[in-house]
Amino acid sequence: MNEIKEKLLKPSKETHQDQIGHLISLVCIGFIGILVVAILFFITTKGLATFTTNHVSVIDFFAKSDWSPSQKGPNGKPEVGALAMIVTSFAVTLLSAILATPFAIAMALFMTEIAPKRGQKILQPVIELLVGIPSVVYGFIGLMVLIPMVRTVFGGTGSGILPATIVLFVMVLPTITSMSVDALKAVPRDYRSAALSLGATRWQMMYKVVLRAATPGILTAMIFGMARAFGEALAVQMVIGNAVLMPTSLTSPTATLTSQLTTQMGNTIMGTLPNNALWTLALVLLVMSLVFNVIVKLIGKRSAFKK
Amino acid sequence: MTTKTEAKEIIKTENVNLYYGERKALHGINLNFRENEITALIGPSGCGKSTYLRCLNRMNDLIPNITITGSFTLNGHNIYGPKEDTVQLRKEVGMVFQQPNPFPFSVYDNVTFGLKLAGIKDKKTLDERVEESLKQAAIWNEVKDKLHKSALSFSGGQQQRICIARLLAIQPDVILLDEPTSALDPISSQMIEDTLLNIKDKYTIIIVTHNMSQASRISDKTAFMLNGHLMEVGDTKKMFLTPDKQETSDYLNGKFG
Ligand SMILES: Nc1ncnc2c1ncn2[C@@H]1O[C@H](COP(=O)(O)OP(=O)(O)OP(=O)(O)O)[C@@H](O)[C@H]1O
Ligand SMILES: [Mg+2]
Repeated sequence: MNEIKEKLLKPSKETHQDQIGHLISLVCIGFIGILVVAILFFITTKGLATFTTNHVSVIDFFAKSDWSPSQKGPNGKPEVGALAMIVTSFAVTLLSAILATPFAIAMALFMTEIAPKRGQKILQPVIELLVGIPSVVYGFIGLMVLIPMVRTVFGGTGSGILPATIVLFVMVLPTITSMSVDALKAVPRDYRSAALSLGATRWQMMYKVVLRAATPGILTAMIFGMARAFGEALAVQMVIGNAVLMPTSLTSPTATLTSQLTTQMGNTIMGTLPNNALWTLALVLLVMSLVFNVIVKLIGKRSAFKK
Repeated sequence: MTTKTEAKEIIKTENVNLYYGERKALHGINLNFRENEITALIGPSGCGKSTYLRCLNRMNDLIPNITITGSFTLNGHNIYGPKEDTVQLRKEVGMVFQQPNPFPFSVYDNVTFGLKLAGIKDKKTLDERVEESLKQAAIWNEVKDKLHKSALSFSGGQQQRICIARLLAIQPDVILLDEPTSALDPISSQMIEDTLLNIKDKYTIIIVTHNMSQASRISDKTAFMLNGHLMEVGDTKKMFLTPDKQETSDYLNGKFG
């Protein structure tokens, strides 16, 4: 009897496994946590160095658009104004998302409401394919096909916001579409029968009930698309023109935060102003991605049919 | 049942057979409904009550592989005719579902949904119809200060009455209710029963229910279905006191079901 009792009271092998498993996952989480904090800390301190160590004015950084951190400007100081890049980044992001969303909604409606079977069969693989294409390929097509076309039609160099928007449109389309599909699928079937039983046509049912109920989800999809567009570097860099100038038209060469980072990061020395200025651009990108996340959370909270 | 009376028979169905794929779910049902009466459809689970009810506003059309035969007329015209407009039909024959299914919009937007579909935009007309319908559905006092709150923020019983108001707003001729109170507490159920009794002089009501006392309380006629067959139909009082068929009596006495 005592033997059994002893065995029962002693921690078993399984309890040890449990504890070890617990420990391993804690260590992993701790490691990732430290990593994230380190990255945030590093980018933040480096990014702020422009203002603290190099005494660039924060206002100038956000309000001026002359960018030559490695040369002395007319007033004897290097110019570090990122406004042109910020404007261009937002312009390509907004334009591509606004352009892509109607197409994404149309495709999502087709795949969920109009012809779910055929839609899933044909459009699903298309979307997956679009997601799978590496961004350098999109950039390459943009550079080789789009830019000559833009040049022929609009003149100039052919690079700028327009080709970048078109490239990003294709790149964010699958993101927005597949998330819109999820949003539409999450609308309870009950609403559809309710609408039809009140004498709505199928189109009215989709337009006035399903889309309306799915609006928060579709907005979230749009924000995710915008986050993707805002952060895309390579493809944009290949078609944007890479001249840090305030865009004067949709086809004037300019630069985004990301394109400036990718083109310049090999050309600066750690610890110098030109390098710190790039870190500041990275910090702006980081903050923006946080903002996108916060917006998504806020929309999620007000989602219509989650009571 | 072919007793001749003054009241007009608004819906007539004859020899209704329905197949889900190969499976026959309704067997030669003949059933008519009189204007301004409440007819209760009763029967054990799976006997085809919902299936039959959905034939009447053609909601079954949405189910793939369904075959429906027989004749259905509303005010004398064939609702399965080649030129029948199902959208129009559903405005005349409205439906309330088992689960309350208000849209995730405000109460106001729910009740005006059908009116706006019909192109009514005038604010005053809409406001009047909203108040009138919510009053008819006996929910006005509970929502009148919260018309712009989401309909989902109300209790199940309130939601169901909002759904009834949403339907009353478009003034259908016939109202189909498929177990409208089975998801509700007794007090909410009671309120919905009162609502139905209040509006019955303006509408024709067909209600599926598993609640025998509900059927006996509110209906004028009762139809008892079993395994896809219509077993018996008649005045509710007579049916509950002296049913013609043994099966009816057994069901009403809770011997099966
Ligand atoms: N969409 C469908 N596809 C195939 N079979 C169905 C479908 N809907 C119902 N059935 C079948 O038809 C028969 C009748 O179902 P119905 O839902 O009409 O019964 P009911 O009398 O309403 O039952 P309950 O009281 O449980 O609601 C059942 O055997 C059911 O399995
Ligand atoms: Mg049923």
